[in-house]
Amino acid sequence: MNILVCITHVPDTTSKISFTDDNKKFDTNGVQFIIGPYDDYALARAVELKEQNGGKITVLNVGEAETEPTIRKALAIGADEAVRINAFPKDSFFVANQIAKVAKEGNYDLILMGRESIDFNGGQVHGMVGEMLGMPSLSPVMKLDIEGNTAKVAREIEGGKEYLEVTLPFVAGCQEPIAEWKIPNMRGIMGARSKPLNVIEPDNDEVKTTLENFELPPAKGAVKMIDADNVSELVDLLKNEAKVI
Amino acid sequence: MSTDTLTQNGSAKGKSAADLFESPDFYQLDDLLTEEHKLIRSSIRDFVKKEISPFIEDWAERAHFPYEIVKKFGDIGAFGPTVSETYGGGGLDYISYGLIMQEIERGDSGMRSTASVQGSLVMYPIYKFGSEEQKKKYLPKLASGEWLGCFGLTEPDHGSNPSGMVTNFKDAGDHYVLNGAKMWISNAPKAEIAVVWAKDESGRIHGLIVERGMEGFSTPETHGKWSLRASTTGELVFDNVKVPKENLLPGKSGLGAPMMCLDSARYGIAWGAIGAAMDCYDSARRYAIERIQFGKPIGSFQLIQKKLAEMLTEITKAQLLNWKLGMMLDAGKASTSQISLAKRNSVATALDIAREARQIHGGMGITGEYPMMRHMMNLESVVTYEGTHDIHLLILGAEITGIPAFK
Repeated sequence: MNILVCITHVPDTTSKISFTDDNKKFDTNGVQFIIGPYDDYALARAVELKEQNGGKITVLNVGEAETEPTIRKALAIGADEAVRINAFPKDSFFVANQIAKVAKEGNYDLILMGRESIDFNGGQVHGMVGEMLGMPSLSPVMKLDIEGNTAKVAREIEGGKEYLEVTLPFVAGCQEPIAEWKIPNMRGIMGARSKPLNVIEPDNDEVKTTLENFELPPAKGAVKMIDADNVSELVDLLKNEAKVI
Repeated sequence: MSTDTLTQNGSAKGKSAADLFESPDFYQLDDLLTEEHKLIRSSIRDFVKKEISPFIEDWAERAHFPYEIVKKFGDIGAFGPTVSETYGGGGLDYISYGLIMQEIERGDSGMRSTASVQGSLVMYPIYKFGSEEQKKKYLPKLASGEWLGCFGLTEPDHGSNPSGMVTNFKDAGDHYVLNGAKMWISNAPKAEIAVVWAKDESGRIHGLIVERGMEGFSTPETHGKWSLRASTTGELVFDNVKVPKENLLPGKSGLGAPMMCLDSARYGIAWGAIGAAMDCYDSARRYAIERIQFGKPIGSFQLIQKKLAEMLTEITKAQLLNWKLGMMLDAGKASTSQISLAKRNSVATALDIAREARQIHGGMGITGEYPMMRHMMNLESVVTYEGTHDIHLLILGAEITGIPAFK
């Protein structure tokens, strides 16, 4: 089984978010970067599938040189080799184009990634990659089992779960509880040193969006406690102060 | 004030809450580490948050040694990280070993003791002084956590003076006969093998590998400890134990052999104790910002700020000292007295920080909701074992003056 796992290099979930360059650039100063948590689930499931079925895992990231420690971690967790597309991930379309190019050449049985990144949270890349490759794309996938040439998949839908069967190859945007995150062990970290990490230049520079500027959400206000008997005051505040009704 | 009131008033990390630990890096010492070092640190930190932090207060309260952690330590690679990969070790450098010990002891000194005894005191002597057959037989099983090992040097009547040991072995033709007893032995009750230091008939100290099941060998558990309660401690008793001759470590004899093991372990303690100090500091810093008295966070008061500032200062100094010592060890240039200085400094620093951090937490600080009391009690062992605080002072004194005060 030949699996491609696409990972993002994103700020740690506890990072303080701020901007520079007149709110046009994310300030990375002091920010720790991690494998996107949803991508990390996809990678963990890929490692399990490889343990069960054999095969090879290739991990792919679209990013500049500073993402390599994140890629090495994926290799330490269990990927066999890595590809870095040497470009800043400008938008979902740009990233999907790069992934599709690698996927076309790689003849993968499965293309896994997170349901969405946790920086821009677009959740679009898996769908675009499926379209570009002419194969099914499913998301958010919570369960994934392989039987021969078929996958059994559970997908989260509004108010329930959808169980599907799909023929390989296909694209999946993953989320918990598809697998438990794996912590790399010391042998894996040592082994990652010698695994190949191939850097290739981007194929197509086309983007569909341009960035205007960033804005932080308004700071949370203080909580006002209103006596349960005093409904009229609550209504008054919602209408005249919060202006939501 | 009742405990309930304290709980309601105190904003708590608490036993059930997530372990949010972050290590301070005030002097950007991460710049001195490689990306691989940082990945090792974050992986062990994640391991501790998953496998140790959620359970440690309960284990310590019940004086329960979680034997299943041995296999987990083996899987993550915490046993013998500096031992060659040929024998199942990690093949890592001493900075990596230090970071692993720091992160495990950040969780608990008892857990770190389990790991550092296995790595520095059992695997290290077999790796350095063992025959090829011994290395192949024991090291992979110790590295994977299939077997737990222990190290027998200290005796009931010989602690700071190990050369006075009375445990001895006699040549009985095709085997040795071992007699004596060892005390305060971490891992002993659950250990499959023991690396035991004993005198031959001429009074020369040698290392012997004693295996569980050998007739006359027993490992009674030491009960009633108020420290390292989640680690298991016991005695080693040898009553005419027949030890095969191939179990003698051939590579080195004399007191220098076990002392080399202790150098490696003490280095791990120097990093580990600062891990415990960081945990106390991190908890105190969060609490000082969240806890409101007189209408404002207690962190706004000068006396609290003084405590926190002094903690950060001492942690930062020790971090740099440990890093430099690791670089010297990797270059084969660290001396015993340099290791003594770091072990002594780190443990004293950690004890002070644990006490100050406990005070910042007020009444909450005495409960198992926060880690300080556990660390503080653990550190009373750490300040005593592997060379007491005073003995390390005298090692430095001998180094300075050329006149040993302990012979």
